Amino acid sequence: MIPELGHLALILALLLAIAQAGFPLAGSLTGNRPWMTMARPLAYGQLAFVAIAFAALVQAFLASDFSVLYVAQNSNSLLPDIYKISAVWGGHEGSLLLWALMMAGWGAAVAAFSRNLPLPVVARVIAVMGMVAIGFLLFMLLTSNPFERLFPVPPEGRDLNPLLQDFGLAIHPPMLYMGYVGFSVAFAFALAALIGGKLDAAWARWSRPWTTVAWVFLTIGIALGSWWAYYELGWGGWWFWDPVENASLMPWLVGTALIHSLAVTEKRAAFKSWTVLLAISAFSLSLLGTFLVRSGVLTSVHAFATDPERGLFILLFLCLVIGGSLALYAWRAPEVSEGGRFDLLSRESGLLLNNLLFVAFTVLVLFGTLAPLIYEAFNLGKISVGFPWFNKMFLALAPFLALLLGIGPATRWKHDEPWRLTKTLWIALALSIGMLALASLPAISGGDQWVPIGIALAAWLLFSHLTLVRERLKHKHGSWRQAMLADFSGNGRSFYGMVVAHLGVAMFIVGVTMVSNHEIEKDLRMSPGDSHEMAGYRFEFLGAQKVNGPNYRADQGHFIVYRGQRQIAELFPEKRSYLGGGMPMTEAAIDAGFFRDVYVSLGEAVGGGDWALRLYYKPYVRWIWLGAGLMALGGAIAVSDRRYRTARARRTAPTEAVAAKA
Amino acid sequence: MSKSLRFLVPLIIFGALVILLMIGLGKDPTKVPSPLIGKPVPEFSLPALTDPERRVEDEDLQGEISLVNVWASWCVSCRQEHQALMALSKNSDFQIVGINWKDDAQDAREVLRMTGNPYAMNGHDPDNKVGLHWGVYGAPETFVVDRQGIIRYKHIGPITREVWEKTLEPLVAKLKAEG
Amino acid sequence: MSALIKSLALSALLLLGSGVASAYTLEEFEFDSPEQHDEFRDLIAKLRCLVCQNESLAGSQAELAQDLRNEVYRMMRAGQSEDEILDFLIERYGDFVLYDPPLKPSTYLLWFGPFVLIGIGAFVVVRTLLSKKQTQDDPLSEAERERLQALLDAKHAPRSPDS
Repeated sequence: MIPELGHLALILALLLAIAQAGFPLAGSLTGNRPWMTMARPLAYGQLAFVAIAFAALVQAFLASDFSVLYVAQNSNSLLPDIYKISAVWGGHEGSLLLWALMMAGWGAAVAAFSRNLPLPVVARVIAVMGMVAIGFLLFMLLTSNPFERLFPVPPEGRDLNPLLQDFGLAIHPPMLYMGYVGFSVAFAFALAALIGGKLDAAWARWSRPWTTVAWVFLTIGIALGSWWAYYELGWGGWWFWDPVENASLMPWLVGTALIHSLAVTEKRAAFKSWTVLLAISAFSLSLLGTFLVRSGVLTSVHAFATDPERGLFILLFLCLVIGGSLALYAWRAPEVSEGGRFDLLSRESGLLLNNLLFVAFTVLVLFGTLAPLIYEAFNLGKISVGFPWFNKMFLALAPFLALLLGIGPATRWKHDEPWRLTKTLWIALALSIGMLALASLPAISGGDQWVPIGIALAAWLLFSHLTLVRERLKHKHGSWRQAMLADFSGNGRSFYGMVVAHLGVAMFIVGVTMVSNHEIEKDLRMSPGDSHEMAGYRFEFLGAQKVNGPNYRADQGHFIVYRGQRQIAELFPEKRSYLGGGMPMTEAAIDAGFFRDVYVSLGEAVGGGDWALRLYYKPYVRWIWLGAGLMALGGAIAVSDRRYRTARARRTAPTEAVAAKA
Repeated sequence: MSKSLRFLVPLIIFGALVILLMIGLGKDPTKVPSPLIGKPVPEFSLPALTDPERRVEDEDLQGEISLVNVWASWCVSCRQEHQALMALSKNSDFQIVGINWKDDAQDAREVLRMTGNPYAMNGHDPDNKVGLHWGVYGAPETFVVDRQGIIRYKHIGPITREVWEKTLEPLVAKLKAEG
Repeated sequence: MSALIKSLALSALLLLGSGVASAYTLEEFEFDSPEQHDEFRDLIAKLRCLVCQNESLAGSQAELAQDLRNEVYRMMRAGQSEDEILDFLIERYGDFVLYDPPLKPSTYLLWFGPFVLIGIGAFVVVRTLLSKKQTQDDPLSEAERERLQALLDAKHAPRSPDS
């Protein structure tokens, strides 16, 4: 009964979404106020019904109702409750429902937090979000109904893919989807502005916090995915350039460009039509990613069970949403004035270059991801494009981005003087060159030219941003600490947010550089009692024993890691067989540290109590995710800036809780 | 480029992308074309499945049109295909040569005994020694080899009625006409 | 019902295809030197496991990957160069087996295509930048004019640019 209620709720949500897409928009075009005011209640209503549907599916999972096909495919009565919940989005249908829930959630959030916006704008934004929601709800109802029944009812479910039975992966998709779907708000604002013909600085000001919040979620989502791949896939990599990863990276890259471009549009009313195009692109690439992952046009490790019919539906949807918005863009954007002149040396130019580089990265990822398809479509042969290609391509451009990142924020809007800039940054430059020389010493670089380059670029970011902070506080009163605190609680948060995010980039660079060039990987065969010395650590293998988990059996190895005479970690890597069947999974054991991870992954038993296994030493690998975390934190700090808070304070509704949920 | 035309560029790029994705939807990305097409069959010599004293060699493919079928007893789609092969074996325009791939000889012989033997001869390749040279990456796969021992076509997956009628039969007729 | 069977079969395929997590080790391969071991590992990391969804020979558990690893190992031990091994595999499995496609006419599109696109983009941006300098004042709306004035005023205030 409850699954049918869920199904019904989905249908009602679809009807509300249709109304949400229709009435407010029509009202805004004809000046019909009552129709415009319908936008908010409809958005709340849609959220309520999608939430009911989602709750119904969660209930079916918790109750292990295997009469529901999707539950039978993705759950098992032995599954721990936490994974029963995360199994809700473990497959295609349920993850679509999660998309729809978030789509409705963002729509309701816009409705709730837009009280100081003109009504026609709100009506248009919510209407556009309604249109996108229609697409997803229809997709689900027509091709991927999560509530489909199964008869005869199997006594037991097939179990969730063991790979997904992990905390990191349980929260990774929601974060990622929050980001993807969040870009729909910027998209909707852009379209609303195009429809209304009013593209001004105010539009950029309204879009900015939404875009940044979505970007923060996406950053966290991608970082979680990378972290999960690192510890769960058992071979120590953190990024594989798989189509699924690329699909999440593209919206992130364009979203990053968008955040920066919005800053120019808000402050200087420049780049307006370009910013609109980025806003459309960020969300379009999120949708394109969905298509690539679910249509089966590309082979990927993580691909969903695919189906050409679904592919065709999404493609049609893409044509309507993206094609329609780009047509609107082609029609309306030429009327947009490009205000705000600037000189060659100015913050605007720097941000334009930033945008150019981020778009170039996006082009690289898109091209590399689609190249096998292009070759096949034109009968040029069948090729594979993998990490060597992407790494080479990215390394060709990334250093320029890092160089620019040290200069850009120090540049003034509109016009700057080369000598002033030099005077500001020369100390940072000198220190970075010093680091370059230091890191070139063979003892540090290990003979690799990328190590000194990476270290110097990271140092350049660190020192140039410290210079910025110093410059900013130079004329303030009190000690630098007092000044900074005052500045921070004043209107400086977007500045400090930027600094933190950029330092995150520096940290990320160090992590990538060090782990790529200095990691050590060993394949070994060890008998109980054996020891192996690696990178100053001694791994002692005590043996392996059988252990039982809630829904798996495992061989568990026991290792003690020593540094000198001191024991620093006890590691228990496992090789698990899940009772639901499928291949055995390795559960690597990692001793995480700020400066290094040591990582043991159990292979197979090779007889006589011996085990084949892998040991890894991963210097600075945490800095990759900590860097991403700092970027996300920077975004969060920037969003809390007073400019946005004052806008909020005028409203009476309690907002913070919902903001956290959104 | 005039100013307003410039704004059409994104739409045009997107249009091209959609066409590409449309084409992509119609293709199966897991199918890999063989680079061996148009080339002579790799030299090989395998013990015959039914009679280990005899050998199945590349020279056996000279002078006659051959369907070289890679199969195994553990392969489910091969069993589906088996009936079709039995029917085809009555056709005297070509011979069907089996490569019994990564299989246990006992099991394979059992399959032939129970369900019939459509093969003129069968080479036993338990450890992928020959399969590797043919670029085999799964079973079933079928190579069409002409009288000169040149590989002309490779079909991946089971031979169904549709595959036979649309692709393989016309090809065999063409090879026959070539003489 | 047949749709059900189909989708169950698809999910089963999905599960089988996701054996990525199963580690194996290279312990079974013996080498004369650590360098040779690394060379071997780098090589198999650049080769695609043909039957897998998107995995390298180094990462895959699939049987065919095991066969190819053994073959690469055998050839390496027989003293063949990396190029010879790659040629051997390309002849049989096509360029598809390479994750790092070599530069040759058929891959010019792959290696230079993106840079041509980026080059065109960069050209447009630079041209826009340069033409910006020469154009007359764009007609500004009243609000924009005010905003610009406020920014210009702010510029003279004694503080460094903020974000």
